[in-house]
Amino acid sequence: MGRWVAQNRGFAGALVLFATLLLIYNLLHPRGFSSAVLVQNANESVAIAFVAMAQTVPVLMRGLDLSVGAVMTLSACVASYLLTGSGLEISFGILAVLATGTAFGLMNGLIVVYGRLQPIIATLATGAIAIGLALLLRPQPGGDVDGDLSWALTNTVWDFADTYSIADGGEAWWIRPFADIPVPLILLVGVAILVWLPFKRTVTGRTIYAIGSAEGAAYVSGLPINRAKLAAFTLAGFFSACAGLYLALQTSTGNADTVQAGAYTLNSIAAVVLGGTALAGGIGGAIASVVGALILRLISFYFRILDIEPLLQPLIEGLVLLLAVSAGAWRTFSVKNRLELFR
Amino acid sequence: MKAEDKPLIIAAGFTLVILLIGTGYTLSTQGTAPLLQPTYLLQQLQIGSFLGICAAGLMLVILTGHIDLSIPATLTGAAMIGTAIGGPWAIPAALAFGLVVGLINGAGTAVLRVPSMIFTLGMDTVLRGVTVAQTGGFAPQDQATPLMLALAKDRFLGIPLALYVWAAVSIVIAFLLARTAFGRSLYAIGTRERAAYLSGIRTRPVIIGAFVASSLCAALAGVLLAGYSAKAYQGMGNAYLLPAIAAVVLGGTNVLGGSGRYIGTLIGVILIVLLNSVLSIMQMPEALRQIIYGVVIVVMLLIYGRGARETG
Repeated sequence: MGRWVAQNRGFAGALVLFATLLLIYNLLHPRGFSSAVLVQNANESVAIAFVAMAQTVPVLMRGLDLSVGAVMTLSACVASYLLTGSGLEISFGILAVLATGTAFGLMNGLIVVYGRLQPIIATLATGAIAIGLALLLRPQPGGDVDGDLSWALTNTVWDFADTYSIADGGEAWWIRPFADIPVPLILLVGVAILVWLPFKRTVTGRTIYAIGSAEGAAYVSGLPINRAKLAAFTLAGFFSACAGLYLALQTSTGNADTVQAGAYTLNSIAAVVLGGTALAGGIGGAIASVVGALILRLISFYFRILDIEPLLQPLIEGLVLLLAVSAGAWRTFSVKNRLELFR
Repeated sequence: MKAEDKPLIIAAGFTLVILLIGTGYTLSTQGTAPLLQPTYLLQQLQIGSFLGICAAGLMLVILTGHIDLSIPATLTGAAMIGTAIGGPWAIPAALAFGLVVGLINGAGTAVLRVPSMIFTLGMDTVLRGVTVAQTGGFAPQDQATPLMLALAKDRFLGIPLALYVWAAVSIVIAFLLARTAFGRSLYAIGTRERAAYLSGIRTRPVIIGAFVASSLCAALAGVLLAGYSAKAYQGMGNAYLLPAIAAVVLGGTNVLGGSGRYIGTLIGVILIVLLNSVLSIMQMPEALRQIIYGVVIVVMLLIYGRGARETG
């Protein structure tokens, strides 16, 4: 336990901060600790949490993906056309949306690996392409998303069962213990556990960490560098597509909003850093970034219950971000050999 | 042809290609060639000077291997302070604001050693928060001072004054980079900060200097832009960050720092300005514009911006 904390100081700090913020929030909220509040919070947090996961993978290998918000927007616009019709059509639609984002991520990876461009500038350009495609699909916001699916996936497990009349409409004994859990949280945790954790343990996943620590060493150790880079950007595309899919379900529309896409990309970087993942690569993980994203969102939830003037919100959000990243920087003053500061 | 000249020649060549395509288009649809008329080109460059000044300052930061994402809010903030104070102190106040922002950015990056990507991002959010809280989210009623209006709109010898300002900034930056110890230190830090530190360069002041230059340039661009549109408004700087990064990188500067020449940035800015104006002449919808923008950056960098293969 002590060793885990020492090795994951950033993540541990983020977890403590998150738990504290969540506890105080629910104590202050007039209807705190209720399922309704949790559902609402979860709904507003899932998209940014997915985007933060997406950003983490390239950051771990010292890259950066400035197209995550744009790919999310593109996926949401695709979803606004495909998430309708019969059950089979919807299932196919979901797969197609995820495939869109994944393919876009793969394209990013191909450009970075075989074009040998810097990730930051390559994804800056492909992000513009993704926004352009999204604008082609949805010049005006709109779309048709299956109402049942949208309702079922943005509420509690009970509502899900009720909508699709499974488990006696949510009244079966075995579903009772889970009935009040929001479905979006299950989706988020499910993707994290089923996709990220197994991936992290593969050779490819470990190579991503190795590249972030020392690319030269990873190369001479014979690790599959190109495969890992391709996988990192592809996975980023997949997670962005998850975010887009959820955004489309939540809003029932596709909206090619350039400003929103940019804000999601920048917030994803902030979430990654808050979660304790190093921008210099090699340390951290997608789960930590989810916690970082949840902290970011929680801070904005406070504005509502504390009646802080909306005009002050961006200022306070920025100050919190600056303080959080500067707090971790005090070690620079206690370093004995200043050479240690330079990598 | 030296290796470092390759980006300049290709970017300049591509600029000519854009001009030719645009001219071909206007000749075939309207029978005129506005793109080749000096007045039109000067007008485009006048609008491009705001981007050019931002890119000039940003280049110093990118050369050190850092990045300045706070340009939009610095530009907006400086414009708002300039118009709010008014009178003879409008421009000095705006530039002083830029100086302070640059010092904070530099201190956070060089002294606290927070990654510049995240520190300047936070700074941008804070500054935006301040302007929103101050103005209530609306465009302030203050008007630009006569001097600001003149700098942005008037002409001297038929050439817009904004171009003289851009030229002056360019000369200062080019001189700094090529002829001063400060300039050489920027390249050294961008190549390997550790080695630069060990060879006696005081890396902290140099990095702070780069951020100050970037913020000062952004503030100056804000002053000019406020003069050009006669007032300051929320989000006026948003359209300048990504094109400025693109211009610097298309001009052959390594986005990880250490190499690049100012003339390249100049060509990069002209390329982007002309690309924009040709696309607007063609009345290209925003969607296709974004796609073309992205494809152009990727294709051009694939031609000359490729990194070395990792060989241990």
